[in-house]
Amino acid sequence: MNSGIRFDAVSVAYGGNVVLDSLDLTVEPGEVMALLGPSGSGKTTALRAVAGFVRPVSGRVFLGGRDVTELPPYRRGIGMVVQQYALFPHLKVAENVAFGLKAQKAVPRAEIPGRVAEALDMTGMAAYAGRYPRELSGGQQQRVAIARALAIRPSVLLLDEPLSALDAQLRSGMLAELARLHRELPDVSMLYVTHDQVEALTLADRIAVMDKARLQDCGTPQELYRRPRNEFTASFVGNANLLPVEVRTGGGVRFGEAVLKVDTGDAAAGSAATLCVRPHLVGLGEGPNALRGTIREVQWRGSTHRLYVEVDGRPVKADVRELRETPVLGAPVTLHFASQDAVLLGAGVGSGG
Amino acid sequence: MLVHSRAGRWATWAGFLLLFVPLFAVPLLVIVAASFSTNWSGVFPSGPTVANYGAAVRGESLQALTTSLVTAVAASVFALLFGSWAALAAAALRKRGKRALDALFMLPVAVPSVVVGLAVLVAFSRPPFLLNGTPWIVVLAHTVLVTAFAHQSVSAAIVRLDPVYEQAAASLGARPAYVLWRVRLPLLLPSLNAAAGLCFALSMGELSATMMLYPPDWMPLPVQIFTATDRGSLFTGSAVAVVLMGTTLLVLLAVSRLRTRASFR
Repeated sequence: MNSGIRFDAVSVAYGGNVVLDSLDLTVEPGEVMALLGPSGSGKTTALRAVAGFVRPVSGRVFLGGRDVTELPPYRRGIGMVVQQYALFPHLKVAENVAFGLKAQKAVPRAEIPGRVAEALDMTGMAAYAGRYPRELSGGQQQRVAIARALAIRPSVLLLDEPLSALDAQLRSGMLAELARLHRELPDVSMLYVTHDQVEALTLADRIAVMDKARLQDCGTPQELYRRPRNEFTASFVGNANLLPVEVRTGGGVRFGEAVLKVDTGDAAAGSAATLCVRPHLVGLGEGPNALRGTIREVQWRGSTHRLYVEVDGRPVKADVRELRETPVLGAPVTLHFASQDAVLLGAGVGSGG
Repeated sequence: MLVHSRAGRWATWAGFLLLFVPLFAVPLLVIVAASFSTNWSGVFPSGPTVANYGAAVRGESLQALTTSLVTAVAASVFALLFGSWAALAAAALRKRGKRALDALFMLPVAVPSVVVGLAVLVAFSRPPFLLNGTPWIVVLAHTVLVTAFAHQSVSAAIVRLDPVYEQAAASLGARPAYVLWRVRLPLLLPSLNAAAGLCFALSMGELSATMMLYPPDWMPLPVQIFTATDRGSLFTGSAVAVVLMGTTLLVLLAVSRLRTRASFR
């Protein structure tokens, strides 16, 4: 079956308030696409438009090449997993998983128990088939919810912040589970809505970064992390130092007093731009692209020290390997970074992408 | 706890009992005491007897009891049916339509029940809707009166019902009717159950509207109690009243047992 999701200029508005602004996005068959953004960025609305719970004011939604914009949710054939699990409290685990199969009447009755067992096996919940959802922990409930969504063998799986209600340790375990499920079900396209960059970086084949009802950037996790196209992506996908710089004639940029050698591409000389440097790529001591400043704050994080250094009145973050001696506040310090680790962004959010 | 000192707590309890016992418990106890006596001229009743109960569970009293039970069960079933249907329909409406429907169902409660009784009598005394003289007119009046409570209780439960369940069901391919039958109604069951109990209790005790329209061969128990005491048979009336009270409480107890099994959270 041909799967995949396509948004074609989809806009959603609630009473004149635009919550999704002309979204164009394609999720390839078998691809995991993460919709990453802060709350209110429109990412959940985009997912709900695919599920059929919100009707776009304009644009079309395609599932596997079929225009589903006008179809009610129950005729779209999607699997959905939400943050609150939404398991039916009056049904046992096996009945919850069988719900979609019974409702659709697409599968002969005799085959249902086998399909249920298969789905529960896949999520490691076979031993709990006879329990009620209230007798399970949060992580177990979410596994059952995933099994319930997979039992109908959807070509598209929608995941709406599925791990947000779990604690940190459980979350990383479930993340590995989801990655395994993706490997076992290579034909299922997944749309994964999250505000957590780690989940998106770990799981997604591509990430669509959303903010203020718009798509800001889209690319593979590596692309977005190493070569962000705008300030929003740089700061939302991973941690970033965003330094206001001025492009110099003859290459390089000026940051306060310091002259930094970085690739300026085709940026016009004299124009203002933003330099993005990841804190963990900033080193301590003399080197190329040296920045001199004073230490304002030191955080010990076990394996690393996070230094907040004030350079020309601007804070610069540096994550360095744990230091034997904790630096003294107010002490002068020199930082450096390699030219290829810096990315020059166009000034202001959006102009780069 | 609101009151911390031990003396304060005792005083609160004493105050509470002083208010509660005379207002709520004593009148009911008086009825029970009267039902076991033949005479009450001093402070306490005299002439203990169980003969009143002999009369209360025989003949026309027994018939009135079955009449009441049948009426109350029928009225509760109809009220639940119409009330839930209307509440489910109202939930899909916009705010204004919902409010109009709410007001419509509350009307019989806001209007004095004597007026409701008279209105039903006048409205259904003529063809094509000739119900006067049949048991149906009593059932109809009770249904009109108690549907408000069923509607109120079910619509409150629908508002509390998290839409994620319906949406999860819909995403799994369930049609709206299937979602209603397999997800929404089961989740509403505890409220439906509570509403059924309430409707039954209200119908069992309904007097004023019933008085306006009951046919001679369909006399519910409250009317029987009223006529008995009106004739001066105070002690027989008390015994019948105790039977009414006991039956209602028994049914409510049974319903509440059902409720604990039906609630899943």
